[in-house]
Amino acid sequence: MGAYIVRRLLWTVVLLLVISAVTFFIFYVLPTADPAALRAGRDPSQDLIEQIRQQLGLDDPWYVQFKDYISNLVFHFDFGNSFVNNAPVKELIFDRLPNTMFLVFGAAIIWFVVGVGIGIVSAVARGSIWDRLLMGGALVAISAPVYWLGLVSLYLFSDDIGQFKIFKGAGAYQNASGFLEKCWAMFLPWCVLATAFAAIYARLLRSNLLETLSEDYIRTARAKGLSERRVIFRHGVRSAITPVITVLGLDIGILMGGAILTETVFSIDGVGRLAYDAIQRNDLSTVQGTTLFLALAVALMSLLVDIVYAFLDPRVRY
Amino acid sequence: MSTGASETLLESEQAPGAEVPGEIAARSPRELFWRRLKRDKVALVALGIVLAMVAMAIFAPLIVKLFGLPDPNIQNDDLLGDFGEPTGPTSAHWFGVDERGRDVASRVIYGARGSLEVAFIATFLSVTIGTVVGMIAGYYRGWADTALSRVMDLFLAFPVLVLAVGLGVACADGCLGGVIQPGLNVVIFVITLTTWPYIARIMRGQVLSLREREFVEASRSLGAPDRRIIFREILPNLVAPIVVYSTVLIPQNILYEAALSFLGVGVDPSKPSWGAMISDATSIFEDAWWFMTFPGLALLITVLAFNIVGDGLQDALNPRTSR
Repeated sequence: MGAYIVRRLLWTVVLLLVISAVTFFIFYVLPTADPAALRAGRDPSQDLIEQIRQQLGLDDPWYVQFKDYISNLVFHFDFGNSFVNNAPVKELIFDRLPNTMFLVFGAAIIWFVVGVGIGIVSAVARGSIWDRLLMGGALVAISAPVYWLGLVSLYLFSDDIGQFKIFKGAGAYQNASGFLEKCWAMFLPWCVLATAFAAIYARLLRSNLLETLSEDYIRTARAKGLSERRVIFRHGVRSAITPVITVLGLDIGILMGGAILTETVFSIDGVGRLAYDAIQRNDLSTVQGTTLFLALAVALMSLLVDIVYAFLDPRVRY
Repeated sequence: MSTGASETLLESEQAPGAEVPGEIAARSPRELFWRRLKRDKVALVALGIVLAMVAMAIFAPLIVKLFGLPDPNIQNDDLLGDFGEPTGPTSAHWFGVDERGRDVASRVIYGARGSLEVAFIATFLSVTIGTVVGMIAGYYRGWADTALSRVMDLFLAFPVLVLAVGLGVACADGCLGGVIQPGLNVVIFVITLTTWPYIARIMRGQVLSLREREFVEASRSLGAPDRRIIFREILPNLVAPIVVYSTVLIPQNILYEAALSFLGVGVDPSKPSWGAMISDATSIFEDAWWFMTFPGLALLITVLAFNIVGDGLQDALNPRTSR
């Protein structure tokens, strides 16, 4: 166990370094355009471009730039400054992280419960009309672009512009106070973000469960006279759900940055929205800082998932 | 999915011996595959839709002329309402008119071009790269495998959409010293770069199990060089998984391209794109529902059709997976 965790930690350290290097490569070496101009936003003045060039030392050879970049990152945890409003990117991100987490965790609870529920029903009632309807619906849900689903749901159900004024619309979350009110304001974004994931989890759980239910130990459990409910939940679902939980951890990590589409549509002030606004303003240093931060977050998240998984499932700790 | 794919191999492995001479009419794997696919009516309908979409992309100018629609980039202020607002569907403009007086139907038809072009090219590239890397890693093992697998892990650790957005912005004016030109090429580059590791990992797993099979051993004991074993023995057995994962990847890449153009990465204003149309519609969707609805439906139908075909192919190629 200890050896496994140490090995996994070392790999994460290497991973973090390489991620930093790749990000450096993407944002400093790759572009054909002048890196200083790229960071200066729309219609920059010549002075600003010169100032950025000075400040980042963009005239230095790339290895000097790389050394500065890495040492800033490692020793000061510095993700650079936005040159549009001169705010440190780290602060911009940390200000918005709670909103993104609220969005992602709420949606994760919904998609996990709904997805697993649908998966169980479909697997148990395999081949029935319910199974077909649910799996057909899941395929549609996987095929719909999330931002489009968001717009359609706003057009239909939001209480300001919707045809059926039921749920809170875009931007409501920013003005909500108190936990319950925030939850209510976030309800539509949660559902929209959860749709495709619920469908993916339902398909995954269904096929896992079907496979598990054909195992010998399930036949044994039935043969010794257990109730069907007990067979399915205690013996079937319990083992079919483990891979789903691994995917859940990784998906949450990735969504910390990947909720960019949902956040954009619903005007939620999250990390993804930060990146989106930065793209619109040609603010490359913010895009760069966010990319790096999120990549690091995903790497740490997958480390966490692996360690938790090693505790849960002894077979991993080879 | 991976277990299903390995069963594919079990079946296609019988390919050389499948043609039993004599009175018993043996069915070749291809025949069996067609028989199973033909039974799946939903998949056949979806295949029809996919082909129709491809035809629409190829013959877009012809179709637009045929229905008497205006060119997708013509901005006609006469079509706008009294206050310069976009107008809804009419008999002349079925899908309405956008905020610049352009015909939405015509743009949706042309939009199939960009979507499918990017999705097909990017899928082709990432499947090619993924298969080559996967074969090298799986066949030679050792340090090549270790190095390549670490590279794959690294790419898989990145949050794809954020990486893609970063790349897209950094490469907006081209990158790699001019090798990648701005426009659709940037999008293709970004998608390929972030999807090949998935394919490579799957192919590596397939090759790892294939190389231990008896027919490979037989070939090796007959003195076949590595090149012959890779191309004549292993590659033919990878065809089934390559087909399946390509059909899985194409719809994902269509959504991916649309998401990138929705976010404003690699958009070429002269080329209508479904994602960019939805992005344009975002600011006025409460007044002009048609503007966001039709490009979104086009995306949904295309991706759904590809996904159904993918599921159907998978079932037809691996009949043993439980469905």
